[in-house]
Amino acid sequence: MAYPTKYRYTREHEWIVLDGAIGTIGITDYAQNSLGDIVYVDVPKVGDAVTANATFGSVESVKAVSDLYSPVTGTVTAVNEELKVAPDKINEAPHDTWIIKVELKDPAEWDKLLDAAAYEAFVTEETGK
Amino acid sequence: MRYLPKSPAERQQMLAEIGAGSIDDLFAVIPAEYRLARDLNVPRQQAESEIIRYFREAGARNTTGYTSFLGAGAYQHYRPVVIDSLAQRGEFLTSYTPYQAEITQGTLQAIFEFQTMIAELTGMDVANASMYDGSTGAAEAVLMAMRVTGRHRAVVARSVHPEYREVMATYLRHREMPVTEVDYVAGTGRVELEALEAAVTGETACVLVQSPNFFGVVEDIPALAEIAHRKGALLIVSIAEAVSLGVVRPPLEADIVSLEAQSFGVALSYGGPFCGVIAAREAYLRQMPGRLAGQTVDKDGNRGFVLTLSTREQHIRREKATSNICTNQALVALMATIFLTVYGREGMRELAVHNLAKADYAAKLLSAQPGVKLRFAGSPRLNEFVLETQEPAAAMNHRLLEERIIGGVELSRWYPELENATLWCATEVMPRERIDAAARVLSAGLVEV
Amino acid sequence: MAIQGVGKVRPHQTQNERLVFEKSAPGKRGYKLPPLDVPAVDPAKLLGEACRTQCAALPELSEIEIVRHFTRLSTWNYAIDLGMYPLGSCTMKYNPRVNEFVARIEGLAEAHPYRPDSEAQGVLEVIDLLQRCLLEITGMDAITLQPAAGAHGEFTGILLVRAWHESQGNPRRKILIPDSAHGTNPATAAICGYAVENLKSNAEGGIDLDALERQVDPETAALMLTNPSTIGVFESQIHRIADILHARGALLYMDGANMNALVGKARPGDFGVDVMHLNLHKTFSTPHGGGGPGSGPVACKAFLEPFLPTPVLATARDGSRRWEYDRPRSVGRVRAFYGNTGMFIRALAYILANGPDGLRQTTEDAVLNANYLRKKLEDVYELPYKTPSMHEVVFSDRRQAARGVKTGDIAKRLIDYGFHPYTVSFPLIVSGALMIEPTESESVEELDLFVDAMRSIAREVEVTPEVVKSAPHSTRVSRLDEVAAARKPVLRWRQQ
Repeated sequence: MAYPTKYRYTREHEWIVLDGAIGTIGITDYAQNSLGDIVYVDVPKVGDAVTANATFGSVESVKAVSDLYSPVTGTVTAVNEELKVAPDKINEAPHDTWIIKVELKDPAEWDKLLDAAAYEAFVTEETGK
Repeated sequence: MRYLPKSPAERQQMLAEIGAGSIDDLFAVIPAEYRLARDLNVPRQQAESEIIRYFREAGARNTTGYTSFLGAGAYQHYRPVVIDSLAQRGEFLTSYTPYQAEITQGTLQAIFEFQTMIAELTGMDVANASMYDGSTGAAEAVLMAMRVTGRHRAVVARSVHPEYREVMATYLRHREMPVTEVDYVAGTGRVELEALEAAVTGETACVLVQSPNFFGVVEDIPALAEIAHRKGALLIVSIAEAVSLGVVRPPLEADIVSLEAQSFGVALSYGGPFCGVIAAREAYLRQMPGRLAGQTVDKDGNRGFVLTLSTREQHIRREKATSNICTNQALVALMATIFLTVYGREGMRELAVHNLAKADYAAKLLSAQPGVKLRFAGSPRLNEFVLETQEPAAAMNHRLLEERIIGGVELSRWYPELENATLWCATEVMPRERIDAAARVLSAGLVEV
Repeated sequence: MAIQGVGKVRPHQTQNERLVFEKSAPGKRGYKLPPLDVPAVDPAKLLGEACRTQCAALPELSEIEIVRHFTRLSTWNYAIDLGMYPLGSCTMKYNPRVNEFVARIEGLAEAHPYRPDSEAQGVLEVIDLLQRCLLEITGMDAITLQPAAGAHGEFTGILLVRAWHESQGNPRRKILIPDSAHGTNPATAAICGYAVENLKSNAEGGIDLDALERQVDPETAALMLTNPSTIGVFESQIHRIADILHARGALLYMDGANMNALVGKARPGDFGVDVMHLNLHKTFSTPHGGGGPGSGPVACKAFLEPFLPTPVLATARDGSRRWEYDRPRSVGRVRAFYGNTGMFIRALAYILANGPDGLRQTTEDAVLNANYLRKKLEDVYELPYKTPSMHEVVFSDRRQAARGVKTGDIAKRLIDYGFHPYTVSFPLIVSGALMIEPTESESVEELDLFVDAMRSIAREVEVTPEVVKSAPHSTRVSRLDEVAAARKPVLRWRQQ
């Protein structure tokens, strides 16, 4: 699966796309693939603060839990309620299924993230393929 | 050694195949200075008949044939014979935690049935597969409430079993979770509602009460829940006498129930193994400790059961797990399941009503003796009651022992203000004749007029 | 998909059985109470608003249906009584029947925990003798039997560690845990208020002494060490490990999950361990019962004795025994009453049945069996660590994974051959681990059947990997949908 070029990425396999000051965050195809069937997504509440490189929630498969790391610092403005009943959406369409939306405190953080090419190179390096 | 299925020749042959000269070669990795060069100083190998004689003699030195009015968190109920005959089947007794669902469906379905029965009895949505006992279950329930609410204070009724409160203190000491205790009303034995109201704040994660409480008194659960919920705290109800659920209104307003299921067909066994279990509202499921069995289907569409939501547990989440519990009390939970199936819907009520009747008779008769008073007399209760005597409790119990009767537990051990108060229990197995005998002993007590 | 040439199993009927609730019918009875010999009471009058108005929806069945229900369920389980159960680190050994018999002796099984000590001398003697035996076996100085299981013992042990450090003025901040450890270890450290610091294993799967030197600092409270480790290897540098810790005031905690490799051959108290727990349901033959009850005694050196949970057993000058509650430095209680006494009785019966010679022979046979399996399988399954094995052997699925078959598949296929699988995918330091612990309870015949099965599966992986990947084929249900179970949990039956 191709990694959308208008997204930016973290080394912990989250993606973010920007619309003004609002960042929309999800996990990458690589992340969902290595986790397997996702059964539960634990997300913060609207209004909670998130910090760049710190955990804001977790995704669970049957036998593993993976922490979610925020690409940016800011305040949660929305959480994807649909994931409560259909966490498998992430497996089906990882790059079109968002988890939270965050109002960025410092838009400059965007520039520190990996672009699609850099992320793909990182994944290739990590898997050794 | 009769448990070891090998002949000396077979051992030699195996060593030869491994390529080891002697068994000691296989232990050579242990530095010589730490290898034990002598026999362990334990009793010599015994024949089965000797082992049975040893334990029979120990059992006899434990004095049998006494009538016991002891309760206080461990209850004597009749145990239907089928419980042991079924639970002793090797397929239940000698199997492990059901991680391999295909060959542990028996255990898994039984756990699912147990979870259902506990949920039905307590009025909660879901129940887990078991905890160690009622005391650790109560402590874990408090930690669960802390995770659910994100708050870090607990309010605990002083009428909760004193040993449960001690266990809770041990569990909470290093979690920086201060505990406030709320007293009971001297006249009723129930939680002081005004004091509770004052103790619960916006930082309170939970209010923990026991019902029937340590004095055998049934608490006013709706009133307690209202106070807790008004400040956004959870109400945890600990139940030590599970048979009460046959006739006592379940704690429907509670958020978490921590039950000790020993009364459901589990031997007293000097305090363990018993069977704790946590039940709760569905919304708190993800914060529940312990194992859960869930229903699903197999690849051909057959109904089956698996351990589920395991990501809460230590083997996956490690230091972030909801609890470190691993082994629980599965076989004891099975015994409880069989017990509840034997008594069933009508039987649980009838059994509980028998307890009510025996204790009512005993409380009335014993408190009618000179110098004896029934404490908390107007409060609802199941099978336990508190007597206050003019005679020192120790002296009374000593005179009872001479008549082969073990009287009530002395409460001053935990409640200094309850001097010469004893906690008595009469279940369905207590013969009227023994209650009458205890009354005769009490009537002979020295009384100041 | 029938298995040819390997002779452990043959198809056999089992009965279908619905949930107990689905067999219920109003008015059926499985009980009969004796007539009340006291006046009847009106619950509504006695309990008022606290009276239950609606009976709990429990099932209603006759006794024969109850017996058949649970008997049928039981036949769907595998068990030690049926055959080898080689779950690594679980020590699934024979559970002697005399244990069950003596635990039910009237004076012991019916003893109330609050009966006066004077009327409980028999059970107190049993507890005392077990304590003395366990101290002798571990080489430690003091013990508590209160913890209800292994993880509960870990909790108690780490509380002792913490209490001791506090008495020295600083509880310290972290616990070191090897990456090969059981999940209970980090979970325990966390609930005791400690940060967990991972200790990477060395190339042999053991403790890396250099890493340990670097990581033990003045904030390290203890190292939690399983010895033999989860790959079945004895830490031959154990004295160095203890020295490094002790030199910096940290303690050595031993997880006794693998004591079945040591009883009668080596004693943790002799090789530098400060505190440890035992699992009576592993090493000392009390039954696992489908997941409990267990018992997790904690033994420690004398300097930790003042901190043991209350009460502790004391012996008076006249030889009588009593519970001692006045323990001002104690960590407190870890459970109500005194522990899982029924398990103490069973464990003591096991020790008596063995004696010193039997205990030692048991350990030797357990180690012999594991090494025999290693020898017979190491040419077909990859052995990631070549260090000598003690009571268990850990292989990796590397060769089979190259053909798309993983440890979990091989485990499921073992079921078709009549065996319970080994422990799958643990320890985490081995990729695709097959962790095999035969225990002493297996005869050469059973071991050889297991070897045949494992070798036959390895051949199937080469020839017909699909058969292995879709196993088991002989069970009532196969490959249950765990994803569906977790996504939409159904945790109880409800009336349709």
